[in-house]
Amino acid sequence: MGLTRRDFLKTSIAASTAATVGMPLSKTAEAAVKQTEAGWQWDKAVCRFCGTGCGIMVATQGGKIVATKGDPDAPVNRGLNCVKGYFLGKIMYGADRLTQPLLRMSNGKFDKKGKFVPVSWDQAMDVMVEKFMAAYKEKGPHGVAIFGSGQWTVPEGYVGAKLWKAGFRSNNIDPNARHCMASAVAAFMQTFGIDEPAGNYDDIETTDTAVLWGANMAEMHPILWSRITNRRLTHKDMVVVNLSTYGNMSSDIADIEIVFRPSGDLAIQNYIAREIVKRNAVNWDFVNKHAVFATGPYDIGYGFRPAKADQFASAKEMEVVKNEQAHVIDKWEAIAQRKQEGEVVKQTNILGAKPAADWAIGFEDFAKALEPYDADFTTAVAKGNPDESDADFKTKLQKLADLYCDPKRKVVSYWTMGFNQHQRGTWVNEQCYMNHLLLGKQSMPGNGAFSLTGQPSACGTAREVGTFSHRLPADMVVNVKKHRDTAEKVWKLPANTLNPQIGSHYVKIMRDLEDGTVKWAMVQVNNPWQNTSNLNHWIKAAREMDNFIVCCDAYPTVSAKVADLVLPAAMIYEKWGFYGNAERRTQGWRQQVPPPGQAKGDLWILLEMAKRIKLKDVWGEQKVAGLKEAGFEDGKLPSVLDEAAKMGYKPDMSLYEALFATPDNKKSYKWPDAVAKGHANHIAETLKDGWFPEKAMFEEYRKFGSGHGHDLAPFDVYYDDKVRGLKWPVVQKDGKWTETAWRFNEQYDPYVKKGAGIEFYGNNGKSMVMGDLDKPGDGSKKVDISGKAKIYFRPYASPVEQPDKEFNLWLCTGRVLEHWHSGSMTRRVPELHRAVPAAVCWMHPKDADSRGLKRNDLVWVESRRGKVKVRIETGGRNRVPRGLVYVPWFDEGVLINKVTLDSTCPISKETDFKKCSVKVYKA
Amino acid sequence: MAEANVSRRDFLVKLAQGSSLAATGAFLWAHLLRQEARAQPFALRPPGALPELDFNAMCIKCGQCVTACPYDTLKLAPAGGGIPIGTPHFTPRKVPCYLCPDIPCMNACPTGALSPKLKNINDSRMGLAVIDIENCLSWKGLRCEICHRECPLKGKAITLETHPRQLSKHAMFVPLVHSDACTGCGICERACPTQEAAIRILPHNLVQGKIGEHYRLGWTFDTEITQDFKPAAPAAPAAPAEVPKQAPGMDYLNQGL
Amino acid sequence: MLRRLSQFGVLLLFFGTAHWGWQVAKDVPLLIGNLSASEFAGLFPMADPFATLQIFVTGHLLQQKVIIGALIVLAFYALVGGRVYCAWVCPVNLVTDLAGWLRQRFGIPAPTYLGRNTRYFVLAAALVLSALMGVAAFEWVSPIGMMQREIIFGLGLGFQALLAIFLFDLLILKHGWCGHLCPLGAFWSVVGRRTAQVRVRFDRTTCTHCGDCAKVCPEPQVLNLKRLDEVGYVYSGECSNCGRCTPVCPEGSLRFDLRPLIRRHNIEAGKGHEQ
Repeated sequence: MGLTRRDFLKTSIAASTAATVGMPLSKTAEAAVKQTEAGWQWDKAVCRFCGTGCGIMVATQGGKIVATKGDPDAPVNRGLNCVKGYFLGKIMYGADRLTQPLLRMSNGKFDKKGKFVPVSWDQAMDVMVEKFMAAYKEKGPHGVAIFGSGQWTVPEGYVGAKLWKAGFRSNNIDPNARHCMASAVAAFMQTFGIDEPAGNYDDIETTDTAVLWGANMAEMHPILWSRITNRRLTHKDMVVVNLSTYGNMSSDIADIEIVFRPSGDLAIQNYIAREIVKRNAVNWDFVNKHAVFATGPYDIGYGFRPAKADQFASAKEMEVVKNEQAHVIDKWEAIAQRKQEGEVVKQTNILGAKPAADWAIGFEDFAKALEPYDADFTTAVAKGNPDESDADFKTKLQKLADLYCDPKRKVVSYWTMGFNQHQRGTWVNEQCYMNHLLLGKQSMPGNGAFSLTGQPSACGTAREVGTFSHRLPADMVVNVKKHRDTAEKVWKLPANTLNPQIGSHYVKIMRDLEDGTVKWAMVQVNNPWQNTSNLNHWIKAAREMDNFIVCCDAYPTVSAKVADLVLPAAMIYEKWGFYGNAERRTQGWRQQVPPPGQAKGDLWILLEMAKRIKLKDVWGEQKVAGLKEAGFEDGKLPSVLDEAAKMGYKPDMSLYEALFATPDNKKSYKWPDAVAKGHANHIAETLKDGWFPEKAMFEEYRKFGSGHGHDLAPFDVYYDDKVRGLKWPVVQKDGKWTETAWRFNEQYDPYVKKGAGIEFYGNNGKSMVMGDLDKPGDGSKKVDISGKAKIYFRPYASPVEQPDKEFNLWLCTGRVLEHWHSGSMTRRVPELHRAVPAAVCWMHPKDADSRGLKRNDLVWVESRRGKVKVRIETGGRNRVPRGLVYVPWFDEGVLINKVTLDSTCPISKETDFKKCSVKVYKA
Repeated sequence: MAEANVSRRDFLVKLAQGSSLAATGAFLWAHLLRQEARAQPFALRPPGALPELDFNAMCIKCGQCVTACPYDTLKLAPAGGGIPIGTPHFTPRKVPCYLCPDIPCMNACPTGALSPKLKNINDSRMGLAVIDIENCLSWKGLRCEICHRECPLKGKAITLETHPRQLSKHAMFVPLVHSDACTGCGICERACPTQEAAIRILPHNLVQGKIGEHYRLGWTFDTEITQDFKPAAPAAPAAPAEVPKQAPGMDYLNQGL
Repeated sequence: MLRRLSQFGVLLLFFGTAHWGWQVAKDVPLLIGNLSASEFAGLFPMADPFATLQIFVTGHLLQQKVIIGALIVLAFYALVGGRVYCAWVCPVNLVTDLAGWLRQRFGIPAPTYLGRNTRYFVLAAALVLSALMGVAAFEWVSPIGMMQREIIFGLGLGFQALLAIFLFDLLILKHGWCGHLCPLGAFWSVVGRRTAQVRVRFDRTTCTHCGDCAKVCPEPQVLNLKRLDEVGYVYSGECSNCGRCTPVCPEGSLRFDLRPLIRRHNIEAGKGHEQ
């Protein structure tokens, strides 16, 4: 790190002081603490915030949380927390906590243009269900939708998915994890055939290299970052590389900081692959045994509306959106994709035409495709800091390739939103696997590509439970008959109950609301009208179209403001739940305190809704466009009521009785339960029918994954005093429930065949068509990919919107350490709000100068889509290069998503929040 | 004659009365001034403020700096508030100084109590941030470091030092303040999330020590052995000296055992 | 009434600028500061010359701005009469006038006597103490400063000092503060003495020596008839041009006038009388 003498001395002083930290309290001090804490009751729980999944202990007294602490026994955080975690005890006690349902009314009746008025739960539910049934009857199962969440607990997500998919026969359920993890999911599924990382956090303590690709871990995964830093300080070979489009706090520890131009990561990955091939560093033994080369089409569009976009987008917006139909190849793409500059490429593989289709290729084709990505090209297309010389950038690239290629060096690549929120998010994820697979550095302690999650249960709930518009539990999907059959069996549904058509993803639900195809939507545990890009459209759609929006939240958010009905939700420690973190660790907690006022858990809201809808309302014949391909009659989802009757379901039975409080569940999972150890469960106690919904649903959900590589332990195991979460697959070994540290590795993973060493069993039984770089073959030649992962070639593609004369800056958005997502909780902690009261726009001092701006000036940040007012910051935590500005999105006073572009990765449908073009001028 | 005497006596008495009254008044007044105007060690002054004694003399208490401050940071001290009456000061925990690049408060000052010699706001020295390391979250190993991130001179005025944490495999990120860059703006104190701020701005004289003039730290600058050494002038030629009556040490030596 | 309007008006200009951001143009505040020092419309500075003088004698080098400001203010009052400040601008005058009015209303007797010249000693003491103590001595204890700061910036305990002055004026000494002690008043008395161009003209030809003027005058010693007779107008710098005497004079013998005109008037009036 090149310490100067001065630095060295300061360091040693601090180190000697640091050595005293952790000293035990004196006996009298300890006694005093014990005195105040008499009567406190402690229980283990999980942090509410990011995907790290820190364990905490919660102290309650008299129905209030009086304190929290980091759980010293939690292997993730060992008693530590970041400053958000430090305030977990305060997030539930904001002054404006919602405690009563609120409905827009005029003259005592619902009125979309009315003002919010407190109503009873009964009245709220009656209006809500009446509006639901009206939309359902008019538009069919895909006329209703729910915005779910990676912050849903596992039982909540499971009930949401089952209610929508099995109950309403609608696949219009999509979590905010679509904005967060979808690209990682798509790449995992395409590459390995099974979701989620192979490694775990212990990689940090076993690796020699941490390469961050668009992951500012210093702020976004604070506790993991302290582990990486510790490794950097205590392991002399440890090297940290930070790749980002702007300098950030992670660079402070990094040995190499590479600031790249937005989308330049696609070129850098291919540059590394080219180096691996050129330097003969390919681990052929590994590649031959465990991998197959593959590629796919390039003309996949940009995730805008596939048709009739001009009816909704302004002329200014269309300048960008028109690329969805035809894209003009620029000079970099011409080289990267072996095309001509200026060539107009019709985007034929957009939505509906299987953008995810891929085919196998030979190594020669693979190597040929990499050929253009030499250092000169990569520097030209990827250098992100105009004040850095080409030579310096090339040197860094070379050093990065050295680190990857060194056969003795273990490497972990980490990424978060930089990769995932990317117009080619799936590709760039796959490129990362490409390099790890080429080198054979995958699925081993200290070696692997590790996707970090943003949300506390993006893995546990959104992904594993399958609350996406295309998914079913345990990595199954709705458009595969075999998967539907399995789900129908577990859920005890009549055949063909499940809708085979993929529903609307998150952004599409917004578009559906705008064009009127969805007329009823519910929001749980997230804030769509703050977190979705191009907000002006969606705010208008919510308020001006004929629709009904229900927002369940603990606090009045922007989404509650645009809703028609606001339901007061219970918060994390007011209910039972499970979260699953980024390393596949499932952790459970009990209800610690009762919810305030009339607030109720989201699970209760869903179950209560299910009570009011009868089988005959939803299991009759339904209109759904298409379906012929899935083997149904065109445009019709058949009635299953007759079949249901044979199974003992009466048409007048409610969905609650048919799907949730079944006689079996009521018999097997009774409330109260000894596992509660005296803790309450406001949901079971309000339902009053004697069952334990969280446990029943968890146990039912377990059936999906058991035996399929997704095994979870029984409910009660997670509540054992000694257990601090378990990493799935959790299998019984010698009568003990044992977690799996590294997947696909025989040494650790019980699913790997004995003697295989490494086995990517997610692709077992699958095969691929063989083709060349440009097209799949005729299908005559197929490659068996059992036990193998795919090494994809994916080309560089330019961002669809780039700075020009008018909108002359890149805009990147993201988070800050102090605030969680849209700030609905952390901004209600007075201390956190005081620390970072408002979003600012980070800007290079020279860019500010050239616009006649100075620090703290109020400016407009304007794009083709909208503008926001914000103060500029030329110093501080982020060091943006010239030509780029950064604005965090936590602040509802600075709705930066009015400015951002709603382009998504066409494969994953995840929005790119990291790049669009804006202008900045004095307000 | 008698009349003249009376009036003269009267005059003298009056003079004595008057001057004693004046003396008492002046004494009380001076005492009040000393109480009030004594350099109050806790006052944090606007950027560019002269040293406390000079500032107290120069400030005309007009409040133009207060009105000029766009953030409502500055307040005029009330009577009896412990800070010299009518002078501008700020309380960082309430509103810190946001370091306006154009320094409007200083420019508004008519007397020069806020010295126009301050050209760059980052050179202002309103006070010095001091960390209570016993109650700082980051010094406990928690990932807070808000003071560091919010510091307008992040990396210069406040730096982070990383250290392995002996108790677990998590490094510590401890903030350190550097007086050579800290402006004392108090944004850190305002932002500190602990119940009572664990980082505070204090006037320099209350917190800063000083290494003795007789010693130089070995690494502060490079020292070369002087080659062309010039010996001190020889002592004045010893004149045939008288033997003194007293000589150093004799008192102690003669004390007996 | 006009005086009250003026006193409140000045405070309002300061208050409005400080609290409601009154501006004459974009980013040009109307009247920033207070009576100690201020800036009008971003154009010209003003400063209390007495305060400036105190700071000057502490031995500190002052900025040009405050010196120019002090000179502007000095020139203004030198022309209109130094103690015009006291009667038309100073906010403490509101308090002392109230005390004076109440005192008259309830007929509170005067138990104490203090020479009117005491203020000049206080003035001298202020300057001497400033030099000795190194701080502007009067500014640190000035109830005038406290009061206007309390009003303009809204602070705390300064009203205690005002209460003290009020009670002093009400119960102990008539016109005690303004007429006897205030060094700023003394300063202004000195300033306007010879240069003031606005004065109260005395017409001896019509004066009936009824004494009504002396009853309302807060500084009755300035209505010394002998002196009035000699110069033909209220000569003393201690006169604050408050204008109480002019309306009460039944004969109209006392009138505001410009000094150069007074002379001619008196000569003509004298002539008429002699004829």
